[in-house]
Amino acid sequence: MDLNLKLKIWRQKNNTTGGHFETYDVVANEHMSFLEMLDVLNEDLVNKREAPVAFEHDCREGICGTCSLTINGQPHGPNAGTTACQLHMRYFKDGETITVEPFRAGAFPVVKDLVVDRGALDRIVQAGGFVSVNAGQAQDGNAIPIEKERASQSFESAACIGCGACVAACPNGSAMLFTSAKVRHLGLLPQGEVEEEQRVQNMVAQMDHEGFGMCSNIGACEAECPKEIKLYNIAYMNRAYFKAVFTGE
Amino acid sequence: MNLDSKIPAGPLAEKWTKYKSTMPIVAPNNKRKLEVIVVGSGLAGASAASSLGELGYAVKCYTFHDSPRRAHSIAAQGGINAAKNYANDGDSIYRLFYDTVKGGDYRSREANVHRLAECSVDIIDQCVAQGVPFAREYGGLLENRSFGGVQVSRTFYARGQTGQQLLIGAYQSLSRQISLGSVTMYNRHEMLDLVIVNGKARGIIVRNLLTGKIERHAAHAVVLATGGYGNVFYLSTNAMMCNATAAWKSVKKGALMANPCFTQIHPTCIPVSGEYQSKLTLMSESLRNDGRVWVPKKKEDAEAIQQRKLKGVDIKEEDRDYYLERRYPAFGNLVPRDVASRAAKVECDKGHGVSPTGLAVFLDFSAAIERYGHIEANKHGNHNPTKEEIKILGEKVVSEKYGNLFEMYEKITGDDPYKEPMKIYPAVHYTMGGLWVDYNLETNVSGLFALGECNFSDHGANRLGASALMQGLADGYFVIPYTIGTFLANEISTPKISPDLPEFIEAEKKVIDNINALLSIQGEHSVESFHRRLGKIMWNHCGMARTEAGLKEGIEMIRQLRAEYHKNVFVPGSNDEYNPELEKAIRVADFMELGEVMMLDALNRKESCGGHFREESASPEGEAMRNDAEFTYVAAWDWNNGNPEMHKEPLIFENVELKTRSYK
Repeated sequence: MDLNLKLKIWRQKNNTTGGHFETYDVVANEHMSFLEMLDVLNEDLVNKREAPVAFEHDCREGICGTCSLTINGQPHGPNAGTTACQLHMRYFKDGETITVEPFRAGAFPVVKDLVVDRGALDRIVQAGGFVSVNAGQAQDGNAIPIEKERASQSFESAACIGCGACVAACPNGSAMLFTSAKVRHLGLLPQGEVEEEQRVQNMVAQMDHEGFGMCSNIGACEAECPKEIKLYNIAYMNRAYFKAVFTGE
Repeated sequence: MNLDSKIPAGPLAEKWTKYKSTMPIVAPNNKRKLEVIVVGSGLAGASAASSLGELGYAVKCYTFHDSPRRAHSIAAQGGINAAKNYANDGDSIYRLFYDTVKGGDYRSREANVHRLAECSVDIIDQCVAQGVPFAREYGGLLENRSFGGVQVSRTFYARGQTGQQLLIGAYQSLSRQISLGSVTMYNRHEMLDLVIVNGKARGIIVRNLLTGKIERHAAHAVVLATGGYGNVFYLSTNAMMCNATAAWKSVKKGALMANPCFTQIHPTCIPVSGEYQSKLTLMSESLRNDGRVWVPKKKEDAEAIQQRKLKGVDIKEEDRDYYLERRYPAFGNLVPRDVASRAAKVECDKGHGVSPTGLAVFLDFSAAIERYGHIEANKHGNHNPTKEEIKILGEKVVSEKYGNLFEMYEKITGDDPYKEPMKIYPAVHYTMGGLWVDYNLETNVSGLFALGECNFSDHGANRLGASALMQGLADGYFVIPYTIGTFLANEISTPKISPDLPEFIEAEKKVIDNINALLSIQGEHSVESFHRRLGKIMWNHCGMARTEAGLKEGIEMIRQLRAEYHKNVFVPGSNDEYNPELEKAIRVADFMELGEVMMLDALNRKESCGGHFREESASPEGEAMRNDAEFTYVAAWDWNNGNPEMHKEPLIFENVELKTRSYK
């Protein structure tokens, strides 16, 4: 079935100019993904010699974390646990108007149209989101047994794709969910536990330095996370942080 | 041209160890003075950049993504092989080596593959140490499963997100080196040319994708880890931005492209649903551990399904043809990818396909759900379970193993695979061909190295499942840190390379001229439309089955399309801005040249091996027939200014006997 849609899309030339909404008509097939619908719009714009809408995307399998669209006010759109590239048009109605904006956050400057700069997230990881082990230093993989349940909990935090939807969803523009997922992923494993005190303090300091806001326990981050990273990651990080601050060197 | 593979002397199992201990190395004080460029930040690139940084080299790493964590390695689902023999099922380094050589249909180098199998063991240790949350048993030890083309369980995994977890491990190591200052990271920079000074690779020309600025970057050596070229086919499981430009520009500067016709068509992808589609989605090979592949025995049943009058579940057991189990009883549903793909094509070509287009087969989990349901019921002490109880318990097990894949399938197709068998069809997935490299992973251009999918060295004519991650990480963590020394040990007195040398200025000018030429065509058709047409030519003429006549016709069609492209493409905007259409235009121009060389290679190779199937070279039962007497060689192509020329590197097998690859 074909859907006749009106798209209100944020257009912004670069990060020094302001932006505005433009309205476009597009006919989409219900089997298309949201990004394929934007492809159709762009092909049409190019054929009309108009500037295509810049949006970032890559794997289109919901795993690379590149897409950064806020659809009808929700990062990655209306479906729970779903990235924009995995959102299909069958969830929209014929005649609907859809608003498309970039991820909005103070720490994510707009590059162009729907593209934002999320380099701040990389810098948080660089501040301590790793285990300090060089290639060649490792012992046998089975030398330290890890409880299945613990490994599985660590995996759930490690499933974060670094898209930044949590930041865009948060009224404070906080990166607590992103940062805490990394702290918990590594902290739950014996290999990562060793450096936890230093890690959590450095990552939190970098997060603050980048201008991300504070957490006020609203929970929008958890609701919008396409990988369903849970709020208890933040509780874990708070505990680790306080422990490090009060008992550390 | 003499292609020296530089394979060390000595018995196979001792070559790498002995070579490592005797090769030239660079002292720590000199490493600091040597700069290395690494292009790409996937498994191979990130692991190479971080390892070289750890050793003390001054590393510069480049990616066209906004962050190194986005590289397409992240999408690998199923797992990574390692000869750990944790399962105590007879695995060994030799067996992994043998399976890989056989799986590659005897078109890879023995010594490279054996080294890969040796390194596989260390990779798992390294990743565990980095905090990769692999699947574990209740006893806390690492869990394994099976993949296609092998009879042991040697695949380590992290649910259906193994690639993501391994890449994040490498990305974290890379991030650590960035924070320590030993690696400088250049995000959103795309390599558009290689710079050669006095016969040595000394730098690259990149475009800053945010500003359009063309920049010159110099170093003592250049390492390419830029992935494969599957997107030549337009529709593939590769990410949208995957491209061949860095490798192809190097070929145009004199590097050789080896076995470009060896492309892997993956049997289990979600079928094409419409013209608007620009990307296909893979369903992990791990599904074939428990899923059974079938089509209806009767053509009228298939037709009824195609017309949506019947569903898969309506077909009775005795009317189903489990054709892989029938044709290949020894390996069944776990035959290698090339074999499974061709078998699906055969069934669909006979009219037994099961989607509206007729291009799909079923992948069915009902038998697995029943089997697991019984086991679980027994575990719970329920020895007379009802059908409903079995189903609930069985679905729970299947969901634990493959839950996220089932969810992904449902999101994309709208069908629930617990109720209806999945529909799948083969799609382009991986390219075994790539830049020609010697045992040191150095190309024929001195100082230019290629790692991971970007090179050709380990998978022959067909790659086995869960081997791509293994190769990317082996090359990056455990091979290049040693072998780059063979080149750099002779460079310790070379001062810092200046990016103002005339060779850099000239290369920069050519890049700018090329961009201006594309922008000034102002033709009638979008880049996308040309790419789509290129993909159709490639798929129809150089896809799952190839013929001499078809290839000859395809080559002509590509040449015409290329001429038309440079007369009639429309690229909007300018160079001085963030312009994804321009990025694409540069990549598609390169795909069109590479596509021609792929076809020339396929035309030259008058045999069927691995993913390369020539209809003229098949047994009466339709199985592939190699021609070892004439084609046991690597075909390495020189672009030669548009008149491609082929050079041969004979493949010598001292340890493995060349046999007809049988999975019956």
